[in-house]
Amino acid sequence: MATDTINTNINTRGAAQHTYDAIVIGSGISGGWAAKELCEKGFKTLVLERGRNIEHVKDYPTMLKAPWDFEHRGRMPNAFLKENPLISKAAGFGEDTAHFFIQDKDHPYVQEKPFDWIRGYQVGGKSLTWGRACQRWSNYEFEAPARFGYGADWPIRYADVAPWYAHVEKFIGVCGNNDGIEAMPDGEFLPPFELNCVERHLKQSFIKHYKNRHLVQGRWAHISQPNDIHEQQGRGRCQSRNLCMRGCPYGAYFSSVSSTLPWAAKTGNLTIRPFSVVHSIIYDEQKNKATGVRVIDTNTREVTEYLARIIFVNASALNSNLILLNSTSNRFPNGLGNDSGLLGTHIGFHLYRGFVNAFIEGYEDKYYYVRNPVECIVANYRNLGKQETDYVGGFTTFSGASRVRGAVKPEDPQIGATFKEAMSEPGRWEVYMYMQGETIMKQSNHVRLSKAEKDQWGIPLLVTSVGYDDNDEKMVKDFLNQSCEMLEKAGGTILNRIDNQQPPGLDIHEMGGARMGADPKTSLLNEWNQLHHCKNVFVTDGACMTSTGNQSPSILYMALTARAVNYAAQEAQKGNL
Amino acid sequence: MNRRDALTATAALLGGAIIGGQAFLSGCIAEKTETGLFSEADLAFLDEVGETILPTTEKSPGAKAAKIGTFMKTIVTDCYDDAEQAIFLAGMGKLKDLSLKQYQRSFMQLNADEKTKLVTSLDQEATSYSKNKPETEPEHYFSMIKQLTLWGFFTSEPGATEALRFVPVPGRYEGCVDYVAGDPAWA
Repeated sequence: MATDTINTNINTRGAAQHTYDAIVIGSGISGGWAAKELCEKGFKTLVLERGRNIEHVKDYPTMLKAPWDFEHRGRMPNAFLKENPLISKAAGFGEDTAHFFIQDKDHPYVQEKPFDWIRGYQVGGKSLTWGRACQRWSNYEFEAPARFGYGADWPIRYADVAPWYAHVEKFIGVCGNNDGIEAMPDGEFLPPFELNCVERHLKQSFIKHYKNRHLVQGRWAHISQPNDIHEQQGRGRCQSRNLCMRGCPYGAYFSSVSSTLPWAAKTGNLTIRPFSVVHSIIYDEQKNKATGVRVIDTNTREVTEYLARIIFVNASALNSNLILLNSTSNRFPNGLGNDSGLLGTHIGFHLYRGFVNAFIEGYEDKYYYVRNPVECIVANYRNLGKQETDYVGGFTTFSGASRVRGAVKPEDPQIGATFKEAMSEPGRWEVYMYMQGETIMKQSNHVRLSKAEKDQWGIPLLVTSVGYDDNDEKMVKDFLNQSCEMLEKAGGTILNRIDNQQPPGLDIHEMGGARMGADPKTSLLNEWNQLHHCKNVFVTDGACMTSTGNQSPSILYMALTARAVNYAAQEAQKGNL
Repeated sequence: MNRRDALTATAALLGGAIIGGQAFLSGCIAEKTETGLFSEADLAFLDEVGETILPTTEKSPGAKAAKIGTFMKTIVTDCYDDAEQAIFLAGMGKLKDLSLKQYQRSFMQLNADEKTKLVTSLDQEATSYSKNKPETEPEHYFSMIKQLTLWGFFTSEPGATEALRFVPVPGRYEGCVDYVAGDPAWA
């Protein structure tokens, strides 16, 4: 067993040097928040990151490049694509961002069913390349799975997280409008970006034809107008370049690297250790709690034990499952805290298969000023508090309108000076809609450790066994039907109606495996994201999710993390941790 | 998640799949020779074909100013698979032959009108081929040349900054402004 090998090589020199008040595994969107909150509360905190270090601005090599500065104008060469069929599929991946994604061969896993596991291994993790959508979950989403019998009950409700959403929104900077829609609650928002004229037309049309279908501006982690707290972070106003995923020189979109980690560092309580793969969490059978983590240095391969009395697991949903499953002891032979046997099961994701677009005639005398960094949303209108379709759950619809480039008609010249002028002008308006649908978390959709195969550090490979079900098929069909109908009623002519059949995972919203719940027999974590059976270990990334909802999850992870740190600090003060 | 860019990027210019995009599925990579797939004369020839598709006008420079031949070389060499490369390279020969056949002169020696006529007829041929071909059949070589010309030109410095309006740091977004006919699109 890997554990045996590790014990013989262990670096036990200077245990005191390796002791902190708290350890955070992972530096992505939730790990950064754990670090910030812990450091602010005075905990000497070690953040472990398996990848390289990234410093704000300094390590954004492409942030100021023009399109012509890229040899292949954004495309990756064939040789790279052939070696990286997985990662090159990721949303936002290209010649300008490739350095913030892993390469396939370095990080194998076993797909029992097709599953695209998208990863970014560096300080900041995927918070550098995230989509930045920050809608709050509604209470409908927290209540629906238990109420309609398709999932376990959350131990919390919207009211429990609402103040923590506000706490996060104020700090990271979220722009949006307070629209008064129950399915997408209001929050502490900076001024929204404007809708363009065709989006305004769609908004009016949808509400005219369907009373409960609200097209509104999404809520996005862009500083549209900085407050004091953003200026204190050294972050400025969004310049609408819409090149976010390269890293923003203004720090205008939120990432761990631009915001939480430097903020945590300012307290003097933060240590970040890059190149540190966590092998497992160490459990002390006498003390009945975790005492630290085993870390493999990816450069030297040296194994070091780092000790702390509070451990936050924020390694990204599936890697957090992997670490817990690999943290075995006499007390927990099947993984840390896994008395229920459910660790690694009930994996969910978001349904991203449906895409529709259309062109809209008219509005040729209207345009917009340059580039829109955000998108509109049609808030979920399905199964809100009552079951009304032949599937369960609901979906959010992302949408937007813009003018395509090129005003060339088929009868016009297709070569030469006139053609060139026409291709240089804005053409007709087109509008798109794509879905982000809830999926049912089922025991059969699971991850587990490979018994035979290991990675380059001797850690078992993760096996993914996650697939679609009939509910998903019905929801995609309904999304496509409804979206086409809505666009046609708004005067649109449908151009594409696509079920792209992409494997689960490419949504980059994988969730679950260590779900929260009131009952230790059916869940891993309690209402405070604390392992029921190992109280000083908290899991606050996507692994904690009890259901998937239909809203983008990242800001919920951040809110749950801040809430859990607050609880951990109280418990520590009481001497309970 | 903001997936709009990922969803629309490949369809940006011609409303179709970008040639070379499926390369990894076919498992072919070009073998690069010492001299490469293109000679200096080839690049000058492609510059001329590109310039015929997108010529210099009063308003802005053309494809030649965007070094379109060099751009085509880079993409065909690095991003096209073996089969696509073969079609492209053979296509250059076909275009040269067509000029000799129709005008008894090389394409480089044609005057502007002759070039436009020849390239326009090829464009019509490629468009009708593309409409009628089975999906599995490869693209017409001229579709490749035209697509690369449009893509390369409008992402080049002269194309983006002089034919289009390139604003690297807009500073703001306005949702609804008046459009005056003839104004270029945003790059």
